[in-house]
Amino acid sequence: MSAADTIFALSSGAPPAAIAIIRISGPSAFAAVQLLAGRIPAARRPSLAKLYDPIDHALLDEALLLLFPAPNSATGEDLAELHLHGGRAVVRAVERALAAIPRLRPAQAGEFTRRAFLNGRMDLNEAEGLSDLLLAETEHQRRAAANMIGGGFSRAIGGWREELLHISALTEAELDLSDEDDVADQNTNVICDACNRLAEEIHQLLQQPQAEKLRDGLRIVLGGPPNSGKSTLLNALAAREAAIVSDIAGTTRDVIEVPISIEGIPLILTDTAGIRNECGDPVEAMGIARARGAFAGADMILWLGPQGEGPNHPAVIEVDTKSDLAADRIKSGDALWVSGKTGAGLAAMVAEILHRARGMLPPADGFAVNARQRGWLTEAAGALRLASAADDWLIIAEQLRLARLALDALTGRAHTEDLLDTLFGTFCVGK
Amino acid sequence: MKSRFSPDFDIIIVGGGHAGCEAAAVAARMGARVALVSFQRDTIGAMSCNPAIGGLGKGHLVREVDAFDGIIARAADDAAIHYRMLNASKGAAVQGPRIQADRRLFKASVQRQLAATPNLTILQGEAAALLFTSETSQKIAGLRLADDGEISAAAVILATGTFLGGKLFRGEERLEGGRIGENSALRLADQIRGAGLPMARLKTGTPPRLDGRTIDWAALPEQPSDGGCWTMSAMTKRRAVPEVFCAMTRTNHHTHDIIRSGLDRSPLFGGDIQGQGPRYCPSIEDKIFRFGDRDGHQIFLEPEALDSHYVYPNGISTSLPTDIQIALVQSMPGLAQCEIIVSGYAVEYDYIDPRALDHSLAVCGFDGLYCAGQINGTTGYEEAAAQGLIAGMGAACRLLDRPMPALDRSNSYIAVMIDDLVLQGVTEPYRMLTARAEYRLRLRADNAATRLTPLAIEVGAAGEDRKSAFFGQMTQRDALISALTDHATADDLARAGLPVKADAGRMPLIDWLRFPVVTVKALLTVSRETIAFSESIMAEVEQDGRYAPYIQRQEAEIRDIAANERIGLPSNFDYGAIAGLSNEMVERLSLARPDTLAAAARVRGVTPAALAAILVHAKRASTHASQAA
Repeated sequence: MSAADTIFALSSGAPPAAIAIIRISGPSAFAAVQLLAGRIPAARRPSLAKLYDPIDHALLDEALLLLFPAPNSATGEDLAELHLHGGRAVVRAVERALAAIPRLRPAQAGEFTRRAFLNGRMDLNEAEGLSDLLLAETEHQRRAAANMIGGGFSRAIGGWREELLHISALTEAELDLSDEDDVADQNTNVICDACNRLAEEIHQLLQQPQAEKLRDGLRIVLGGPPNSGKSTLLNALAAREAAIVSDIAGTTRDVIEVPISIEGIPLILTDTAGIRNECGDPVEAMGIARARGAFAGADMILWLGPQGEGPNHPAVIEVDTKSDLAADRIKSGDALWVSGKTGAGLAAMVAEILHRARGMLPPADGFAVNARQRGWLTEAAGALRLASAADDWLIIAEQLRLARLALDALTGRAHTEDLLDTLFGTFCVGK
Repeated sequence: MKSRFSPDFDIIIVGGGHAGCEAAAVAARMGARVALVSFQRDTIGAMSCNPAIGGLGKGHLVREVDAFDGIIARAADDAAIHYRMLNASKGAAVQGPRIQADRRLFKASVQRQLAATPNLTILQGEAAALLFTSETSQKIAGLRLADDGEISAAAVILATGTFLGGKLFRGEERLEGGRIGENSALRLADQIRGAGLPMARLKTGTPPRLDGRTIDWAALPEQPSDGGCWTMSAMTKRRAVPEVFCAMTRTNHHTHDIIRSGLDRSPLFGGDIQGQGPRYCPSIEDKIFRFGDRDGHQIFLEPEALDSHYVYPNGISTSLPTDIQIALVQSMPGLAQCEIIVSGYAVEYDYIDPRALDHSLAVCGFDGLYCAGQINGTTGYEEAAAQGLIAGMGAACRLLDRPMPALDRSNSYIAVMIDDLVLQGVTEPYRMLTARAEYRLRLRADNAATRLTPLAIEVGAAGEDRKSAFFGQMTQRDALISALTDHATADDLARAGLPVKADAGRMPLIDWLRFPVVTVKALLTVSRETIAFSESIMAEVEQDGRYAPYIQRQEAEIRDIAANERIGLPSNFDYGAIAGLSNEMVERLSLARPDTLAAAARVRGVTPAALAAILVHAKRASTHASQAA
């Protein structure tokens, strides 16, 4: 990464649209505006200007310009916004003109946010929250991301950090002061219990569903033999009024994925190739292998095959689609009966899916923990468990130090001095 | 002044305490011509407070100074009348050797060692003013004495302890001075204040000295010397001074009532003392005020010398009026008839914000001015001695054009302390604690020579005796390690009487040391090694093996940080110009002037986001610089 680079990117949705906003951030942002518009308008005041290609002087567009000088911009750098007419050709022409300016280049994914973080405009957890917010497509995702920006997560960690500092202070008192002073001897059991308690709290949070689920959607796999009605059911689900079919990601011979959102909950419906026990067709065999892979990665399985013969998975919903009349159902009463043709029973099934999905997603008023954060939390909890298992004070202290390092990596706080403050605040020590 | 082309000395050290003596000795060992200026020749090497050397963290510092062939550990051995290995039941990394010294023997040893050091001249006099090459220059030219005599030198090391603007407090009494019965360096303090150095006040205290003949020793529990054979210095062959025992007593509710009754006459609580005192070494009135709910505090009664009846009551540092001091002492068991010879008192003194110093303790913005010891806001003989060593080496390296030894937080407590001081500054007198060393498992008191003597030899700070002793040790160490490279299984160990888990497979002998039951001695029987190794070498290698997995992990951590150590930050870096840094961070960073990104990361309160912003600005600045070039 070179900070001397100035980056630009289309920051509004994909054209065509009514307007398109291109953001330019970096030391040459205003110089670029000067090249295109022939002047640099006043900061923070919208200004209309004609943009010309700096090389062939052709008119590109008439645009609204908005300038934010460093450091008070979203990225902490000089930042210019070009509000263009939202046609594809216009956007492409302006992007081409910008790319031709020396020291300007198209931004990489997330680079504006990264610069905001690097320039101290937000801390790491907030930066992650913001990137999730920008990506959030459903209400549930938006609220969890907003919570992260709001610092709920940092507050929770702050509490653990205080507890950890307290345990560390007890340990350091034992190492640094007990033999020189009349600090009451610490009991390793007290430390051990405290470490376990803290590890358990962190573990509880780690048990919560992952942020990635919230971002990417829960994977619901429809499974069953060929012609068991999977596609009909999938179409019925996707076509429901409340469902938003955002994209058909990939249509292969074997697996079809349809991301939808129902009541703000992101779901990915996956149709698999039919499962048959014997098959001679090698191509279809590959498809079935992929279907098995899809089952393994599923959060929930709608099983349309014979009762009880579905894949071994903790969240299998038996679905009966073979008949269009409730009275003719084949599976037992536990199975959900749905008619793909008439739509009967669909609402009840959706309700069941949503009920289960809510249990799998981070609560909307909680915060979602992403992979990086999980990594550090797992490390902190692991170090605490090792500390509680050790009987050598030095090892206990070392594991506590590693746990502190892990929490510090999350929040970026705490130095040894914080530990000493806790130590001296807790004990009457010294001679 | 004499000709500026041939100054009288290379380096002048002001102050003959633990910092000054160590600074003078190391610079002279390295070949610089050194003058040590002291108020009084015969107070050189005096122990002004507690008659003890070492302890937790502090013992590490003593061993590290010794690894550089310093004088404090040998003086401690020459004077030790009571030995205790603190934390003996815990891992070696936190064990702290501590001795109680006969004051006279200690001082005599220091003076004897200095007298035996070539290139070192002791001058009696009061330092009155620093001399510069011109009126507007910041380049040191020498020192003016109170009798108007001038000595020229290219560097001056200030090691004036509490004597800079020192003021004594006891009840309603006020005295000028750095120690009872001695002057303070007022004129020098005025000049330094005038030079625009950042200065502030700190406070410390000392307990009353008791007459041992009036203590009922028989009524008190004894604390004997440990009866072992370890010594402070690697060069000391055996313990040579008779050992005595200490005793313990306790404060009680009655004592605490007496102290409370005198609080309104205490300069600490009357607001007369502004300086911050140490939290880990509070006065007894502080303890009662802050932790009054405790039913008592332990007090150690430590004899000050073999042929003296002075006793140091460790734990009742106080500046209460003398009548209260007498009453509080006599309220404790065994002390009902006890008499006080000298009352306790508090000292308030000037210190220089150590963030004005670089890692060699040179004052930034000056050429040839160094500060070491209590003047930098530290407390303790050991902390002072270690800083004296650094300032002395710093000045000598500069004059002799040698690189400073590569000390860092991963190889020494000395560097941990220096780094803390110059980056964080102090808010109370700084004391070494093992908790300050993040790589504590590697930094043991017992491996100080292995860690540091090679650096001492390289920089020329180690004498011939030290070198040959060290090479002898290393030969043994290497032989032992190679004897432990043989492989063995759990069964092999079981036959030697070592019960270890059988599923660990076949490993080099040394790797088995991570099981606490396995000792080097036992492994040597497995390997049928016949060489006799010294106990200290075996203990050192055993500890290395015991914590090897943790140490390896720390090495990975250190490597990560090393990348940031390579990113330099200019000393005139404008932190105020970086968006997103809080005012507090800007202030701290501007004062500390970290020279690398890794150092900036250690400045208190600097977050990763702030660090990233600093990195970006540093890169931007260097890009601009290279474009301009």
